[in-house]
Amino acid sequence: MSEWKDICKFSDLAANTGVCALHNQEQVAIFRVGKEQKVYAISNYDPIGKANVLSRGIVGDIKGKLVVASPLYKQHFCLETGECLEEPENSVKAYAIRVEGDVVQLQA
Amino acid sequence: MSKQKIIVVGNGMVGHKFIENMIEHPDYDQYEVVTFSEEPRLAYDRVQLSYYFAGKTVDELMLTSPDYYDENGVRFIVSDKVVNIDHANKKVVTASGREESYDKLILATGSYPFVPPIPGKDQEHCLVYRTIEDLEGMTASAKVSKVGVVVGGGLLGLEAANALKNLGLETHVVEFAPRLMAVQLDEGGGQLLRSKIEALGVSVHTEKNTTEIVAGETCRYRMNFADGSHIETDVILFSAGIRPQDELARQFDIEIGPRGGIVIDNNCLTSAKDVYAIGECALWDGKIYGLVAPGYNMAKVAVSHITGGDLAFEGADMSTKLKLLGVDVASIGDAQARTPGCLSYTYSDGHAGVYKRLVVSADNKKVIGAVLVGDVEAYGNLLQMMLGDIEIPGSPEALILPSIDGAAPALGVDALPDSAQICSCHDVTKGDIFEAVKGGCTDLSGIKSCTKAVTGCGGCAAMTTQVMNAALTEMGVEVDDSLCEHFSYTRQEIFDIIRVKGIKSFDELLESHGQGHGCEICKPAIGSMLATHWNEYVLDDKHIGLQDTNDIFLANMQRDGTYSVVPRIAGGEITPEQLIVLGEVGRDFGLYTKITGGQRIDFFGAQLHELPPIWERLVEAGFETGHAYGKSLRTVKSCVGSTWCRYGMLDSVSMAVNLEMRYKGLRSPHKLKMAVSGCTRECAEAQGKDVGVIATDKGWNLYLCGNGGMKPRHADLFAQDLDDETLIKYIDRFFMFYCRTADKLQRTSVWMDNLEGGIEYLHEVIVEDKLGICEELEADMARVIDTYECEWKKTLNSPERLKRFAHFINSDLTDDNLAYVEMRGQAKGRIATDEERQKLAKGVEIETVELV
Repeated sequence: MSEWKDICKFSDLAANTGVCALHNQEQVAIFRVGKEQKVYAISNYDPIGKANVLSRGIVGDIKGKLVVASPLYKQHFCLETGECLEEPENSVKAYAIRVEGDVVQLQA
Repeated sequence: MSKQKIIVVGNGMVGHKFIENMIEHPDYDQYEVVTFSEEPRLAYDRVQLSYYFAGKTVDELMLTSPDYYDENGVRFIVSDKVVNIDHANKKVVTASGREESYDKLILATGSYPFVPPIPGKDQEHCLVYRTIEDLEGMTASAKVSKVGVVVGGGLLGLEAANALKNLGLETHVVEFAPRLMAVQLDEGGGQLLRSKIEALGVSVHTEKNTTEIVAGETCRYRMNFADGSHIETDVILFSAGIRPQDELARQFDIEIGPRGGIVIDNNCLTSAKDVYAIGECALWDGKIYGLVAPGYNMAKVAVSHITGGDLAFEGADMSTKLKLLGVDVASIGDAQARTPGCLSYTYSDGHAGVYKRLVVSADNKKVIGAVLVGDVEAYGNLLQMMLGDIEIPGSPEALILPSIDGAAPALGVDALPDSAQICSCHDVTKGDIFEAVKGGCTDLSGIKSCTKAVTGCGGCAAMTTQVMNAALTEMGVEVDDSLCEHFSYTRQEIFDIIRVKGIKSFDELLESHGQGHGCEICKPAIGSMLATHWNEYVLDDKHIGLQDTNDIFLANMQRDGTYSVVPRIAGGEITPEQLIVLGEVGRDFGLYTKITGGQRIDFFGAQLHELPPIWERLVEAGFETGHAYGKSLRTVKSCVGSTWCRYGMLDSVSMAVNLEMRYKGLRSPHKLKMAVSGCTRECAEAQGKDVGVIATDKGWNLYLCGNGGMKPRHADLFAQDLDDETLIKYIDRFFMFYCRTADKLQRTSVWMDNLEGGIEYLHEVIVEDKLGICEELEADMARVIDTYECEWKKTLNSPERLKRFAHFINSDLTDDNLAYVEMRGQAKGRIATDEERQKLAKGVEIETVELV
């Protein structure tokens, strides 16, 4: 069975913003969208801007897909799959994430 | 085949237009063009001459440049007058003895001001108004004078009166006819114009026939009139009409009209073989055209005839619309109702100062003329109805009556034929505008640069916009100016909703007027509007998700994800102690340090966790945030001004500091830059800023809507000689009006270029309070100023907010993807390349750049 690792408190996340977590030596961008108790996780590395910045982008939706816009050059990355909408070849990894009570967890 | 040689005598507006048309012709490589000018400089814009006194420089008035002619192989000789035409041998000779042969000769010698043969007219301060040299003469005369008289109450005379007024003289206009602008206006229109001009402090004397100019008693001269009255004055400016400059043709056997003017046919050919005449020197069908548009048309026709085309000159419409001494005046067709059997409609509003007369055909169906004073909005419609010979829809009086319920009875542009001329200055037709739209120009500034429409006198802006919109509709392009897929409103509409409904958060607005979650377009735009209107802390829980990363961390993200830091240095003024603190901060945090273009200091390479300690040091030393990260006021640049400079007229540094402290923190559609110069040498480059202020000996001149950047735009002179209080009042109103009505991320320059009515409309809103909103705009600005707080100071006092300033939420480690290369003595000289980062990771040393 897969194991889950505690990352932070849900209440540490301001609505509609992201944070970056260090998880298994990787940088993971975690986002909280809307009013629901729901979070998303994709890689923090922007392969187009070549910098660890995606957690600092603005979240929203484009044609129904929840996305974050890179703060560098504004390409959109899907929060559920990591797909880059403008340049699919530059898509990033998505991570399994959940909220248990007030704790945000990433799959180990 | 050898090239045909064309000589253009005269490099005025029309002569230059001819050359420009030749250059643009596809067969231009088969021709060689030479031009002579009697004046010391190449063609400039005589139509805009009066702006010289409103601050426009000679350079700004120039229509061409030696470079442009050089690049296109046009030879030009200035300050040398052509004095001899030998058309048997096809050559010309100049005053300096230069000989030049031609295949085709173009006479574009223009006109000269008519000075009535009054005894005493040739004295030192009796002047004319035609060339830049004349203006220089006027300026010199005005310096030693108090009173000025303009002889002539026509269009040019009133412009000249405006110039005298701008030069600070007590101004009089003396007119021979019983009314002003006797050619263009009827009696009612002339009377209203007179009362409006007199209200501005210009005295008007009609039915005065000057008999002599003698020595004065209270002033330099005394003008005696035929009716026994007289007037005393120091300067006399003759502007009693123009006469064609036909002397050259007259001497060398080319046919001249009985009252002057070089006779031309429909091809602009004179009676001499291969000799053309164009512009104000030419007489076509017994008429001299004293406007620039018919001259441009003749230039086009002459080019066409030379190059084998079939354009013909068939007369020109003399309708005109202009602003004289701030009064709107327009005249169309048969303004004086001279057509037999015609009918007239008159509307007069003494309270608002509006006079309109409509002249229609005997059958009451066609517009044949009109006079408009005080309100010229109907000009475009009426002119098109006359030119297009369009039947009046409904009752004629509706065309000039004010719309009671707000629905203006306008003629749809759909009714116009493709050939209808919309811009007469540059001969742009409805068809041209349609083509431009089809070619991809979908906004007014695009149409302007593509067709040149609206860039002459600007009178056709409203009509051009209507045609553009009609073209967009016809193409099925829905003009979708909604903010983004989440809000189907324009930015301006959303701003109004926020204001009127008192909405204070994005979520509230999304729920009532939007859909979905929002995106990186609508969120910062709405965040900015909320901040402009309510000025709440941008990192408040309900606003933080709206901000770009720069606003969230109150610093500017650079390409490796680190930030730069810019403290405010108002007006570029800094104490040595503060400068030392900045040096220490840069050194202690190992930041790459650079002076910015806005007279402040930028530190690069700060990581998230370093921002709070950096700012603790800065705030402690008295610095505030510089808002370099925001769409907000950046800097107010200044030169040192009168406190030190030998040439400074006013204290530009104090003004710059005051302005920067006043508007700091104002969130706006895009960044805002200002500058204050202490004199016209303009060391602060104020005319390249959104708001530029330049000191004069009488106060401050205010320039608006300039910018540098990708598409530089010179700021427009908006108001002159203001005192401190008025200056600030106007800037308050300007900023708030821009914040309310601009599109997202639209700089003031583009906003202005898309503003129907341009700078004049802006003047009406800000100075004349046409919309009745000035008080509100000032109150809105006062609220922003009163609620200012330094965002960094506030953030440092909030432990909750400071938690965000870490790279990881679950670790104290930092980003491992950062590396720098030393350059010119700075450790973080530049961000390392990917390859270099890999080398560094392996411990390989990177070669550094030598200090140069």
